[in-house]
Amino acid sequence: MSFWSWSGFFDYLVNPFILGGVLTTIWLTAVSLVFGLMLGLLIALMRRSKLGLVRSLGVFYVWLFRGTPLLVQLIVIYTALPQVGIRFSVVQAALIGLALNEAAYLAEIIRAGIQAVPDGQSRAARALGMTERQIMRHIVMPQAFKVIIPPLGNSVNGLLKTTSVTSVISMEELLRRTQVLIQEKFMVLELFAVAAFYYLLLTSVWDFVQRRIERDFGQSTAVASLTEKR
Amino acid sequence: MIEITGVTKYYGTYPVLKNCSTHVSKGEVVVVCGPSGSGKSTLIKCVNALEPIQQGSIKVDGIEVNDPATNLPDLRSRVGLVFQNFELFPHLSIEENIMIAQRIVLGRSESLARKQAMTLLDRVGMSGHAQKYPGQLSGGQQQRVAIARALAMNPKAMLFDEPTSALDPEMISEVLDVMTNLACEGMTMMVVTHEMGFARRVASRMIFIDQGEIVEDRPTEAFFTEGRNPRAEAFLSKILHH
Repeated sequence: MSFWSWSGFFDYLVNPFILGGVLTTIWLTAVSLVFGLMLGLLIALMRRSKLGLVRSLGVFYVWLFRGTPLLVQLIVIYTALPQVGIRFSVVQAALIGLALNEAAYLAEIIRAGIQAVPDGQSRAARALGMTERQIMRHIVMPQAFKVIIPPLGNSVNGLLKTTSVTSVISMEELLRRTQVLIQEKFMVLELFAVAAFYYLLLTSVWDFVQRRIERDFGQSTAVASLTEKR
Repeated sequence: MIEITGVTKYYGTYPVLKNCSTHVSKGEVVVVCGPSGSGKSTLIKCVNALEPIQQGSIKVDGIEVNDPATNLPDLRSRVGLVFQNFELFPHLSIEENIMIAQRIVLGRSESLARKQAMTLLDRVGMSGHAQKYPGQLSGGQQQRVAIARALAMNPKAMLFDEPTSALDPEMISEVLDVMTNLACEGMTMMVVTHEMGFARRVASRMIFIDQGEIVEDRPTEAFFTEGRNPRAEAFLSKILHH
């Protein structure tokens, strides 16, 4: 038996079972990102609330989900919650775990973005008669967004790979499917190389997309930074 | 138009305004001056409730500013405020800067808001810059746009908080010219400024604030020619003879 089989590597590169896993990794990332962003925005806004209790809840959430490993969170959601009668399917548990965890990190990114917008901007909008909600939506968020994009892109890159953690609750994403094939075929190196290839491909494609987004927003950001100088 | 009665305000335990009373009648231009930290900017921000007050009353067009029942966004949309640092919205074009509050606060249609923006940009001599962004304009140009943005709401009164203090000297007059025209058209104005030449030309009354107290409040001509309170005297001699 040789150390490395090129034909094995290329076979598994186009294996439908593996390609299905790649697709799962992609939609798992996309869906948990969308939910993570929505929840993260809510948490970030909670942390800026005038009500002490609401603010504390936001702080508690971030503390809890950033302070424990995703692996533990997933296991709790999938295997421990049924003990108290709460049952989720594998897909539900994976999505919930990823989204809840991601939200804690995204909340901090969004909060930093909001804080980067000078207070004078809100004051000026308030002086024009805008309500706090309108100020957030039309004045603060669009400016915060430009600050948020680079760390957000970084976060997406991380999330693409973090989805592999859901393999422990038998979510059939790329890593899990790779391991399943390994147990049948024993081509450990070739199959892990295939998995690594696809993770690299996904992060590289995202890297390209992120650069495009940053470039498109870059121009108006340059303009914004000019006015900050004054 | 603006009635300020017995206003006292604290930052923590430190009193920034002590029992201040004055008024600005319709069509009147009142200039507020005083040393830095005297409370003059705070007073003007209290008028449109950007700063809360602890005692006293401020009425704008008959509406009590400090009443919890008062609709503050509605009130603020009827009193324009121009800031020292312009505070244009950097992510919006000049035209959009002037349109946004008209659209979302007053609910004007896009075409009406744009028409109003163009009229006002023309009035402040900035009509050629509608599609630019704030970062592409000089300080004086930005401040003129900020004035247009406040005027777009059709305010009943305009407040100016040191509108020329952040400007390079050569840009001060273009902003003061816009303000002078506005005064001549009969706008009610309350202006915090150190520009005494402007004050003498345009203001009908002068208010001098020191350490949170209104020390002087009298007609401009009298303020500049008659004997003054020693504190006002000391302040004026510093800013007039530097």
